[in-house]
Amino acid sequence: MIIGVPAERAPDEKRVALSPSSAAGAIKLGFTVNVQAGAGIAAGFSDREYQEHGAEVIDSAQELYQTPDVIVKVRPPLTPGTKTRDEDELSLLKSGQTLVSLIGPGQNPELLDALAQRGVTTLAMDAVPRISRAQKLDTLSSMANVAGYRAVVEAATHFGRFFTGQVTAAGKVPPAKVLVIGAGVAGLAAIGAATAMGAIVRAFDTRPEVKEQVESMGAEFLMLDFDEEASGEGGYAKVMSEAFIAAEMKLFEEQARDVDIIITTALIPGKPAPKLILADTARLMRPGSVVVDLAAEQGGNCELTRPGEVVTEDGIIVIGFTDLTSRMAAQSSQLYGNNVVHLLTELCPDKNGEIQINLEDEVIRGLTVVHLNEVLWPPPAPRLSAAPAPAQSSTTEEPQAANEKENEVKKTKSASALGSVLALAVVLGLILGVGAFAPKSFMGHFTVFVLSVFVGWQVIWNVSPALHTPLMSVTNAISGIIVVGALVQMSSGSGVVVLLAAVALFLASINIFGGFWVTQRMLRMFRKES
Amino acid sequence: MMSQGLTSAVYIAASILFILSLSGLSHQESARRGNLFGIAGMAIAICATLIASTPTSYALVLGAMAVGGAAGSTLAARVEMTAMPQLVAILHSFVGLAAVLVGFGSFLDPATKFEGAEKVVHDVEVFLGVLIGAVTFTGSVAAFGKLQGILNSRPLMLPGRHLINLAIGLACIWLGVLFVGADSPVSSLWPLLIMTGLAFVFGLHMVLAIGGADMPVVISMLNSYSGWAAAATGFMLANDLLIVTGALVGSSGAILSYIMCRAMNRRFLSVILGGFGGETSTSGGASIEGEAVAVSVDETVQLLWEAKSVVIVPGYGMAVAHAQHPVSELVKSLKERGVETRFAIHPVAGRMPGHMNVLLAEARVPYNVVLEMDEINSDLPDTDVVLVIGANDIVNPAAQDEPNSPIAGMPVLEVWKAQTTIILKRSMATGYAGVDNPLFYRENSRMLFGDAKESISAVLSAL
Repeated sequence: MIIGVPAERAPDEKRVALSPSSAAGAIKLGFTVNVQAGAGIAAGFSDREYQEHGAEVIDSAQELYQTPDVIVKVRPPLTPGTKTRDEDELSLLKSGQTLVSLIGPGQNPELLDALAQRGVTTLAMDAVPRISRAQKLDTLSSMANVAGYRAVVEAATHFGRFFTGQVTAAGKVPPAKVLVIGAGVAGLAAIGAATAMGAIVRAFDTRPEVKEQVESMGAEFLMLDFDEEASGEGGYAKVMSEAFIAAEMKLFEEQARDVDIIITTALIPGKPAPKLILADTARLMRPGSVVVDLAAEQGGNCELTRPGEVVTEDGIIVIGFTDLTSRMAAQSSQLYGNNVVHLLTELCPDKNGEIQINLEDEVIRGLTVVHLNEVLWPPPAPRLSAAPAPAQSSTTEEPQAANEKENEVKKTKSASALGSVLALAVVLGLILGVGAFAPKSFMGHFTVFVLSVFVGWQVIWNVSPALHTPLMSVTNAISGIIVVGALVQMSSGSGVVVLLAAVALFLASINIFGGFWVTQRMLRMFRKES
Repeated sequence: MMSQGLTSAVYIAASILFILSLSGLSHQESARRGNLFGIAGMAIAICATLIASTPTSYALVLGAMAVGGAAGSTLAARVEMTAMPQLVAILHSFVGLAAVLVGFGSFLDPATKFEGAEKVVHDVEVFLGVLIGAVTFTGSVAAFGKLQGILNSRPLMLPGRHLINLAIGLACIWLGVLFVGADSPVSSLWPLLIMTGLAFVFGLHMVLAIGGADMPVVISMLNSYSGWAAAATGFMLANDLLIVTGALVGSSGAILSYIMCRAMNRRFLSVILGGFGGETSTSGGASIEGEAVAVSVDETVQLLWEAKSVVIVPGYGMAVAHAQHPVSELVKSLKERGVETRFAIHPVAGRMPGHMNVLLAEARVPYNVVLEMDEINSDLPDTDVVLVIGANDIVNPAAQDEPNSPIAGMPVLEVWKAQTTIILKRSMATGYAGVDNPLFYRENSRMLFGDAKESISAVLSAL
């Protein structure tokens, strides 16, 4: 099958759906890859690079859309009417073709209908189910990662100070304080980038279970003293109650007075972005402070945000870029391309360059939004959720469980103490019993025996675990001491006894020589690094 | 001829040398000296005994020792380090058989004449010595067979096996009473012979019922038994040197068994009475969500290339594939690149205590980068890449996360906390415990399928 990669026509879109290396990945799966001339230029990939990786370069878009069975794009196809005729991509698509692209199926029902009417099977890269098996296809995650990183870079560009604290000859510079709201993929990437640049980072999220992730990235997790479960379906956040929001707003006001940079990443699927930083809250920040709003495209988390623009109000800079991923086109194209190749791998299990759309497969079913002439959006609810078990129930159970555990530990401790006392009593009783009945000669040997067991017990605990094998072989050798018994019997008058002793002598000698020799061999091998 | 006192003095010296020998093994630096102490102790003990007693035929003594010594030396010089568990097992069996023979010798020797309580004590000593020796003998032979691959390593589950064991135990007690109570040597010979046969069966059955992964416990236990057999022989011959040495070896084996059981979070009795992979194997363990992600040699190289710290977790699979030499080369090459590379050893990795350490030592891996589980677990979260080579149960997160798992509570190496974990494995098969391993399905886990030796060699040449 032929895969076509057109140049993106949406204004300001610099990405390309397959990087040269991911094109090579698709070719490995048996596909032929056609790339429109100049498709990767804005992302830093030349036509020659594509050719070197085995792709064919096609001059015009018209030609490119003619032959392929699969069209791979980044942005949803442009439709006529909204823009000029020149930018109509939809009419280039033919019945029977498969389109792989970001679609926004929730926001663009007309587009789905139009695609279904044309009979274009459509796989939406932004409709990948949130289950762990599908993570390698999840463009939302990979793009959010890029956007989070870029948000910090943009903030640094507009923030007129260092991120990291310094003590210089010219004076002391305090570190920048960054607040990240929403600890999803983008938020975590922003935390990582900001901490790496030396800022003090705090993060807030309505889902308490992300605390650990936030802390692992080196940020402080701001807790809201409020009890409400915020994890919605598929690990995304959901809309919160009014009282919760009031408490949240108070926290943001406090933080706004303190921090230099706020990065907001709060999104609720299928809903406009929640307004978290009100205009008044933003104005509490010091002049020169920066707000980066990653939710600008969905209306913004900050009231001052104007999508696609940088605005300055009262000295506070509010960045509302909607094309953060496109601003790192090389990186995001590479990741997007990898996601696409992973999808192709799923679609083409036989690696024969033929795709099969298996609607029985939960992942494929989820992202197939149009199949032939039928709109399949929305998909049935996923069977498995990537979210961890609700944290709330565990918080109430925890103290009790901990208590029980403690009790159990106490019980086992006292039980084991009682056990060892009992064992000691039994051993002493046995020794007394033996002493009461056994003859004197036996008791002498018995003393030696018991003391030797004790000595052995004390000595062996000091043996390094690394030397347990040599320990076993050396004890093998010294248990060959039974040779002494055999030797004594060799002086017996009875022929049978001598014969038995000779065989025992033979066996014990194997042990002595073999055991010591192999131990020496092993110990010679242990060496320290010079 | 040597006086009784002088012989005893030499025996005391030999005992001290043996104790020094064992305590020398507490550090690698002093270990070789410890072994030499052991050899010295053995040499003077044999010389003193030869001088003190007058064997009927020195030729026979020297002949038997020479042949045995030659056989032992050949074995020791030829054995591969991967086959150490087998060698140790078969050496245990020799001690066991020797104890049986010496026990019969002591019983048949016309020179040993006791009366009254002393006769009873001596009879009991003979009976116990032969019993322990016989169990050690066949048990060790069975362990050898399993380790060598002659016998199936899966536990043999006879119907009513606990009843069989119980019946044998009761029969032995009854035979013991008959043996001690018999008035003529001829009438007491039969109970002894029958008991020996039963003990042979018991030893065989006991070890056959234990699965392959429990071998570290079995080997340590047989080590302990061989010591007790020597000690029992010492009692019947009234020889303190034998008693001391036997007790030392016996407690050494007991401690090792204890350590191994603790490392598997299992009770000694439950290991001895029946294996993993038997009834418990299929039950328990929640179903696992997700998909294992396979990785190619190139990608592995890429990951290692970018890593700053690497930890290698070897398991029995490394021994089976004889991969220790390429692994050692890999470590050398990573170190030259400035990558911090260390090994993490679980106490029950392999088929006997310390098995992995010996293999790595053979491959010239310096012992100071080979760390124990407790030493390295806290470093794993800061590790970039963990390579798990042929290990399974010892890196299974189910031991911590799933209370219903058959291995719940077993201390494990927390490799899943590292940035990326690459698992070298031949297939997706379960480990010896028969428990599925959720590690393989973790997000940061990658599977590198294939023979461990070939995979590591391929990675090495690509680096």
